[in-house]
Amino acid sequence: MITSPITSEHAQHKNGHDHSCCAHHSSHHDLIISDLTVRYRDIDALKDISFDTSCGNRLALIGPNGAGKSTLLKAIAGLVRKKSGTIEWRGTSIKHWSSEFAYLPQREEVDWNFPITVRGLVEMGRYPQVGIWKKFSNKDAEAVDRAIESLDLVELQDRQIKQLSGGQQQRAFIARAVAQEAHVLLLDEPFNGLDRTATKTLRNLLIKLASEGRLIIASHHDINTAKSLFNQVLLLNTETVSFGKSDDLLNEEMLERTFLTTNNKKD
Amino acid sequence: MSFFTNIAAIEMSNLVLAPLIAATVIGFANGFFSGFVNLRRNALSVSALSHTMLPGIAVAVLITQELTQANAFIGALFACILVGLGSVLVSRNSRIPEGTALAVLYTSAFAGGVALLPHLPIVASLHDWLFGDIALISRTDLNLIFIISTLSLILSNLFMRPLLLTMFEPNVAAAQGVPVRAMQYLIFTLLILMLVASLQAVGCVLSVSLLVAPSAIMLLFTDSTQKIFWGGAIVGALSGAGGVLFSQLIDIQSGQAIVILLGILFLLSFILSPRYGILKGLIKA
Repeated sequence: MITSPITSEHAQHKNGHDHSCCAHHSSHHDLIISDLTVRYRDIDALKDISFDTSCGNRLALIGPNGAGKSTLLKAIAGLVRKKSGTIEWRGTSIKHWSSEFAYLPQREEVDWNFPITVRGLVEMGRYPQVGIWKKFSNKDAEAVDRAIESLDLVELQDRQIKQLSGGQQQRAFIARAVAQEAHVLLLDEPFNGLDRTATKTLRNLLIKLASEGRLIIASHHDINTAKSLFNQVLLLNTETVSFGKSDDLLNEEMLERTFLTTNNKKD
Repeated sequence: MSFFTNIAAIEMSNLVLAPLIAATVIGFANGFFSGFVNLRRNALSVSALSHTMLPGIAVAVLITQELTQANAFIGALFACILVGLGSVLVSRNSRIPEGTALAVLYTSAFAGGVALLPHLPIVASLHDWLFGDIALISRTDLNLIFIISTLSLILSNLFMRPLLLTMFEPNVAAAQGVPVRAMQYLIFTLLILMLVASLQAVGCVLSVSLLVAPSAIMLLFTDSTQKIFWGGAIVGALSGAGGVLFSQLIDIQSGQAIVILLGILFLLSFILSPRYGILKGLIKA
């Protein structure tokens, strides 16, 4: 059984992007996960996951298939029920979904044929603010406009979502999160299927979003690119293997520990 | 000459007015609701549920020994709920997917209904319930159609945002506090109500067309959700009215005329639509 050396405090204060964190917010925005356990039927999908991070960071969740990366994202987003443990955001324990969190589904989970335009998708980000019956106000329309502009989607806003490239599709979903005014972006394999150029664009975008004070958490399966895309890493395999700066953790030894624990898990 | 005298005859006849209004209203409401059917991609389950109404009505007739609006409605509703929920129950508790469960259950139910037919006291008029005859529409039928259509339109517009979110991303909708289950039940209940409302007009078999074709036609022209719903309503209303009028000119029943009209419109849109028609693709290539 692997114990989990949680080195988050060190990681946070050492990392380069930390100083820009929440520049325009008075309080520090910490996300603290403690002893999070999620069960599907009788199987632990996540067991005693603990780490803490804060906005301004780009955190990658890395681990083998079935390690619980998606489940962790969904648990933080409030999409799956946790069995035990706490998720604390800005000093309060999160029980339900909050509009400060935006979950961006894996490509395969999106119904791309759904007749919705980029603008329609981004407008959905305002639903939590607008509620069921209220009309879209100017403020909502402006928020949608801003999100579309900041993600460089102005010319694509009337396209149906299937008629976009992979990178543009990611940007459309991120625009929705921006319109929602989410502080924490939870992305499920955002770099999947993107070519070199699109990867670079998305990387710069995530850096920009984080530097504006958002926290980016993304599952990521490509360990070769992880170091250049993310500044923090959570290595997990149902349990926490390690947490810290990506420069410190993404080495052969740690990866081997992460990916080879599968067989030892039963003891 | 006969064509024009026929049109004149239509204008004169009060007998046509009631069916005309009924077909237009049913077409409008069904056409609007077909937006949900197409967004959820469950045209096949609509077909399943429409067939399921037959045994429901048959059993209701068997129990009450008469065929009235009320018992047909309750019977159809009961059978649809039973088969619909039954398929959900089977799929949740076994490895059988919902579509498979639905297919097994509805074909069995339909067979049971057909087997019951010769044993019912009102054999002859059941044919109309299957294929409809809007010419025979009564005042009560008309009222029922009005009430159901209005109710369905109001409810679906009132809950449009959570309904759309539920259909696009049920996970995210649930997390945002949308009562996803309640929304799914709402769509299911409205669907059955719409099916029952169109019973008299086109019958339970052909009603599938009204609940699928109108917004499927719109899907070939637009990506705007608004246009798919309201455009579907307009297409449905025009086809309803057009079908009734055509059936007066040529000697076929109006139910069939409405469905054939929708089929022709769909085919034309599929070929000619400037947005998603195949001709556009062919010309490009």
